[in-house]
Amino acid sequence: MEIVGQLQKQFVDFSTSLYGEGFLDEQYLQLQKLQDESNPDFVCEVVSLFFDDSEKLLNNLATALQQQVVDFKQVDAHVHQFKGSSSSIGAQRVKNMCVAFRNFCEEKNLDGCLRCLQQLNHEYFLVKNKLETLFRLERQIVEAGGTVPVIVA
Amino acid sequence: MVEEIMGCAIETGESEEMDIVLSSMWPEDMNEAGRQFNVERPGVDKDMLEEVTIKREPDIVDFERLMELASYTEKGNWQLANLVRNWEYKQENAVRLLREELDTLSRQQRQVELKKLEILEEHRFERDGYGGNKRPISILDENLKYLYQDAPRRKRDTVFQDEKISVDAEYDSMVYWKQHAMNLEKLLEASLRREQVLMGKLQESIEKLEKQSSPVEELSQVLNRADNFLHFVLQNAPVVIGHQDKELRYRFIFNHFPSLREEDIIGKTDVEIFTGSGVKESQDFKQEVLERGLPAKREITFETELFGSKTFLIYVEPVFSKAGETIGVNYMGMEVTDQVRKREKMAKIREEMAVQKAKETELNKTIHITEESMRAKEMLATMSHEIRSPLSGVVSMAEILSNTKLDKEQRQQVNVMMSSGDLVLRIINDILDLSKVESGVMKLEAAKFRPREVVKHVLQTAAASLQKLLTLEGNVADDVPVEVIGDVLRIRQILTNLVSNAIKFTREGTVGIKLYVVPEPHNLSKQKSWKAPADQSSDSANTRKDSSLSRSQRGNHGCHEGEGIGDKNELKNMLNDQERDGTPTKEDKASHSNPQESVVWIRCDVYDTGIGIPEHAIPTLFKKYTQAGADTARKYGGTGLGLAICKQLVELMGGQLTVSSVEDKGSTFMFILPYKVSAVSDSSDELSDMDNQEVSDDEDLHAGSFLFEPRTLGLLSSQSSGRIQKLSPITYGIDPTQNYDGLLEDSSSPSSSITCQEMSSEEDAYLAAMDTSSEVDVSLNQSLNSDNLDSAEKNEQTHRCSEISQPSVTQERCQTEAQTEGSSECSSRKSNEGQKAEVKPKILLVEDNKINVIVAKSMMKQLGHNIDIVNNGAEAVRAVQCKDYDLILMDVCMPVMNGLQATRLIRSFEETGSWDGAVKAGVELQLPPQHSSPKFQQEIPRKRTPIIAMTANALSESADDCFANGMDSFVSKPVNFQNLKQCLQQYIPD
Repeated sequence: MEIVGQLQKQFVDFSTSLYGEGFLDEQYLQLQKLQDESNPDFVCEVVSLFFDDSEKLLNNLATALQQQVVDFKQVDAHVHQFKGSSSSIGAQRVKNMCVAFRNFCEEKNLDGCLRCLQQLNHEYFLVKNKLETLFRLERQIVEAGGTVPVIVA
Repeated sequence: MVEEIMGCAIETGESEEMDIVLSSMWPEDMNEAGRQFNVERPGVDKDMLEEVTIKREPDIVDFERLMELASYTEKGNWQLANLVRNWEYKQENAVRLLREELDTLSRQQRQVELKKLEILEEHRFERDGYGGNKRPISILDENLKYLYQDAPRRKRDTVFQDEKISVDAEYDSMVYWKQHAMNLEKLLEASLRREQVLMGKLQESIEKLEKQSSPVEELSQVLNRADNFLHFVLQNAPVVIGHQDKELRYRFIFNHFPSLREEDIIGKTDVEIFTGSGVKESQDFKQEVLERGLPAKREITFETELFGSKTFLIYVEPVFSKAGETIGVNYMGMEVTDQVRKREKMAKIREEMAVQKAKETELNKTIHITEESMRAKEMLATMSHEIRSPLSGVVSMAEILSNTKLDKEQRQQVNVMMSSGDLVLRIINDILDLSKVESGVMKLEAAKFRPREVVKHVLQTAAASLQKLLTLEGNVADDVPVEVIGDVLRIRQILTNLVSNAIKFTREGTVGIKLYVVPEPHNLSKQKSWKAPADQSSDSANTRKDSSLSRSQRGNHGCHEGEGIGDKNELKNMLNDQERDGTPTKEDKASHSNPQESVVWIRCDVYDTGIGIPEHAIPTLFKKYTQAGADTARKYGGTGLGLAICKQLVELMGGQLTVSSVEDKGSTFMFILPYKVSAVSDSSDELSDMDNQEVSDDEDLHAGSFLFEPRTLGLLSSQSSGRIQKLSPITYGIDPTQNYDGLLEDSSSPSSSITCQEMSSEEDAYLAAMDTSSEVDVSLNQSLNSDNLDSAEKNEQTHRCSEISQPSVTQERCQTEAQTEGSSECSSRKSNEGQKAEVKPKILLVEDNKINVIVAKSMMKQLGHNIDIVNNGAEAVRAVQCKDYDLILMDVCMPVMNGLQATRLIRSFEETGSWDGAVKAGVELQLPPQHSSPKFQQEIPRKRTPIIAMTANALSESADDCFANGMDSFVSKPVNFQNLKQCLQQYIPD
């Protein structure tokens, strides 16, 4: 039980830091609300889907920006997708990056776009790591027989 | 003075005197170069003269000379003139002297000749007659010099050489006389010789004189030239030079452009010559210089009749006598009018530039401040928005929590949570509203609503949360139309605000609302702010009204079939009233081109018997963050935003908000607003139909008075009905097991069976089975009532639809009806309840983003709705073609076809019943349209499905696009429980 307590504390601290540092926003809480007994892994599933989707999008973006003639419309469409999905799961910093990215797309600023892509990559993998850690903690708590604490932002 | 001196010099003719005078006239600091015209000492300056004469090269010498002359022009000029005259005088003198000399000589010659003749005569008569008185005259004077310094004078030293004639012979002897004659002859000869010599010398002297006069001429030429130079230099110079004596009388003046003759100036002072401004000043200035003995410069502007407005730069220097006393001033003036003008212009320009610069700086500052404040406002809006989202999360979660099983204490805590959360939310909404209004983002809706309902609900709501023993009353005058068009949300907001304010500041007594029609105020008549948004959205409002009308009518029919006949009549009366009182009279005032609509101005008074407002506080009352006083704020709390928002909203809608108050007696807030009134189409058939359908809703439609007594807190006592209506809380946590049996029973009825065919899942079924009653919820009531009039055709349809037993009724219609029923939350069942069935609403989500889809779907599921999902606009069109949805949530940005286009196509179909537009747009329809619905659907336009846009930025301008393309509303993305719930509540009332 002590382990559970520790894990729970760790989980709470970690979650709080995620919100505090802006990796996640209230939308993630909304996701968690969607998770119930009938759908116990909902968040994890959605987030995994987000990971798959994001990696595809990042690849597409990289490819699109490497073209000789960059189709900014295409790039913008990808970023729009990315923005939509990231905001849906509450990956705030990724979303914000997307907003900046779209501005550069609008300006047809290739440099800006490339820079953004790099940062987007960075932010994405950062949040991915964080979320994976979070899930691992959750799993550990459950395995240790505890219940995952509910974070209220 | 110079002239005087000159005259004097000429009179006396004494060169010595002139010398003195001249030398005294030279300035003390005259240097050697300046003396080159000092012709009195030619010996000293001989080289100079030569130099001058030799150097014909104009450039170098002239330049030097000009410089030198320029340095001393003031004095040099008259000095030169003096010199020249002096020179001429001397020359004349010399010539005169020579002539006199010549006269003397010729006289002597004549004498000598006379003597000779005498001698000859004597000799002829008595040869030795005159021997002794013969005196030779020596006229030789080699030293005679006609020089300038020692001006030639009458030479009185002519030497007559008396020669003694000695004769050896005895006197009076022959020899003696002979000798004497011989001697005399010799003497004569000698005399003649001398004469000849003299003549030669004279000649020589004359020649010499002639020769000697050439340097004089040259010098005079030089002087002439210098004079010419001076004149040349001065000829165009706007310079006046003068000398004035001790009494400041002009003694000399040089003015190349004289406007006065010399005699008008000489001997007079400035003030005697001129009149006008500046003259006295100049005179005083000269006087000052004279007294101080120090040279000075000054700029004086003259304004004289003689030469108009001119500015002179005047240099005045004192002139001293040898004794060191000031004997006058030299005066030099230069006209600098143009320069002064230019300078002043420059100064002006510089000043203007400075002003300009200052202005610019100021402007920049203002711009900066404006930008700052804009940013601050934006920031405020964003912040509020940002705060609102999580907060609404908290509140809605608290709501959800309150619906779970809680013990009493927990429930209380949750209630506190909810109410505090609501309060914060309200404040934030206030701020957001305010910044929206201020930044012009606020959009006004134009929808039909019933003022009586609004008043009732506002009071009801207020009464529900009333914690004091107050009487709340409402009074709506009969002439207020039953229905008007306006932004009901905002009006309700204003009313709620004013009422809650009134309640806050009233301890006991009454708080009330009074509504009555007033004539159009002149000062507000042509405001555009209200009309523009109203016109803009009137299209959508009208179309929407059609759909909701038909729905509501259908629903109502089912619900209230069999209500009393008396109600029918009442409605009829009401409608007649409306026609009689409202529309025709208002049409006179209508400024709108649409003949169907007129404008009515309604005044609303919110009065209380509270503490009142001190007079001094009234002017600041409507300012932001202001309350009547600091005490008030402490005592009653609040942000002080409420009234500011009310005022802004009222003004935004083209109205006016005023207040009158008596301290300790109470306050009355009054606002007048224009509303559109839509004309009633008067088909008697329709009227009866409507009577049939709407009687139960209309029972208190025309009831103008509402009273909430202190004892009946939270309860409405509507005088007309006398019925106590409970304000149902809006809930969505529906117990699915409730009345499940009822559904099964209902399913057996014909209409329900049709409905059930469409139900795809069990969930649908049980949700549809939700317990309903004929007493509809407030919000539904409102929406139902808001559209009680429609075209005959529609009514007919509706009527047909409403006949539940008719088997030919369309699938779609029945669904609609059932849905409406299902969404009507009722507290008790009525007699006709058994005939209805409930179907859960069909919702379509159009979204391309998988994750968004999953999240939205899950949320909707939690909210009790199953949704269909398609991934782009084209698919949405196809989906709508196949199935009639009650609500469409539409992403705006999508591949293949975006949400706006899809909405347009759907709207076009709804209006025309044809999918031509979609086909044209390239949407492949899955089935021929005929197969998707019963055949008469082709002719009859379908009801209007609410389409809600999902946009990433709720504040962005894309909201306009959404509305323009026929969308009804929008929710901001990412979707959350809060906004989904709101949306569902609004468009799928349950």
